Amino acid sequence: MQHPAFEEVTVHHHTDDADFKKRVKKTTWLLSIITIIELGIGLLIYNIHKGDSPNQTLVLMFKGVVCILTLAKAYYIVSIFMHLGDEIRNFIMTIVVPLMLFIWFIAAFLWDGGSYKNLRNKYDKHFKESTMPATHHGENTHEVKPAPHGGKE
Amino acid sequence: MSTTATTHQTKWWNGGKSPFNLEYGKVMMWYFLMSDAFTFGAFLISYGSIRFSQNFWPDPNVVFNAFPGMGHQNLPLAFVSVMTFILIISSVTMVLAVHAGHKGDKKNVMKWLFWTIIGGLAFLGCQAWEWHHLITGEHVVLMEGKLAMIGQTTTGNPWGELVHGSELTAALSNTSHETLVNIVHSHDHSHTAKELAAKSDAELRGMVNLAEMHIRKTGPIAFGGYFYGITGFHGFHVFSGVIINIVMYVMTAKNVFQNRGHYLMIEKAGLYWHFVDLVWVFVFLCFYLI
Repeated sequence: MQHPAFEEVTVHHHTDDADFKKRVKKTTWLLSIITIIELGIGLLIYNIHKGDSPNQTLVLMFKGVVCILTLAKAYYIVSIFMHLGDEIRNFIMTIVVPLMLFIWFIAAFLWDGGSYKNLRNKYDKHFKESTMPATHHGENTHEVKPAPHGGKE
Repeated sequence: MSTTATTHQTKWWNGGKSPFNLEYGKVMMWYFLMSDAFTFGAFLISYGSIRFSQNFWPDPNVVFNAFPGMGHQNLPLAFVSVMTFILIISSVTMVLAVHAGHKGDKKNVMKWLFWTIIGGLAFLGCQAWEWHHLITGEHVVLMEGKLAMIGQTTTGNPWGELVHGSELTAALSNTSHETLVNIVHSHDHSHTAKELAAKSDAELRGMVNLAEMHIRKTGPIAFGGYFYGITGFHGFHVFSGVIINIVMYVMTAKNVFQNRGHYLMIEKAGLYWHFVDLVWVFVFLCFYLI
């Protein structure tokens, strides 16, 4: 390590070369393998979609799995490649706590989109007739996304 | 790490030292990246919101199925996986550049920065090809009762539902001469466009094989705006990341960091570059996988 660059930085991380190389190698493999699994699931979804009556629940489940795998990838990039995992706890919290806002952000806006769709299908017959996929007419309206706000309309 | 034992005894908030044990520039880079995460997050969530408000949304595997040099072969997800691996690998080379910087190893910093820059340029090249392919590659669609050929733009989307049967035969008879020539020409290369233009509409209609063409309705128009807007914004980040890395490369070559005694600037550039990779992970998820 070089001489301290800034006086206020008092504690330095010491990682030896072999240890560092092992960690980077492991993370690279993890990211690659997760990406390959994601691609496999993507192709699986494609093949389910190609069928005559795609099983929507199955598709949704696979999409959920891909989302979780993506979060795992994000964790490894931020924690290992960006070294956030090596910083002190106070600092990690100033980054991670504000990001919690995303939980509300995602839930609220997807819910809002779904609600807009339901309202338009209910009151705007032209929208429903011109955009509803022909193969799913009727049968799927209740099933695709179980509206999370049952009975509120 | 091994240092955690000592950190408990340190009085972080007594002044004279950074309570985060980081230099100012790095802390601010982190906060910038956090705000940038919210910008990207807002874009992607807005896309999700619109997508949830539609009855139909195109299957990404149908939209992104081309590969350079493979013509019209159906290769879903192939090209985007190449792009994803390019970014992952360039992230790894950046980690190695930062590590070389820790050790004050100028030669290796330059070597790994060089490969990171190449990776970034390769990614941008891939994106340019993909955009070009989507915009200029025209597909036959059923639009307003007739057939038309459109590309994926911000005002048109050729990826609606598949249409079959009588609707198509009716649409074919309403289709203009010019469009018929284009449709036949797009899959029959034995005639030049000029020869086809000389034929009558009836002859041209006879040459169109409706059953084999997988004709779709037009899809949701918002798709193009969101796709080009968000991947473009990400591409702009990649571009500025490449510029930053080039600046770092030149500064390293001119011994700026060596004279300063540390390579902390490379670490900040590295953070930005990893963030670009991080955002791609989510863009990849939202546009290509689900």
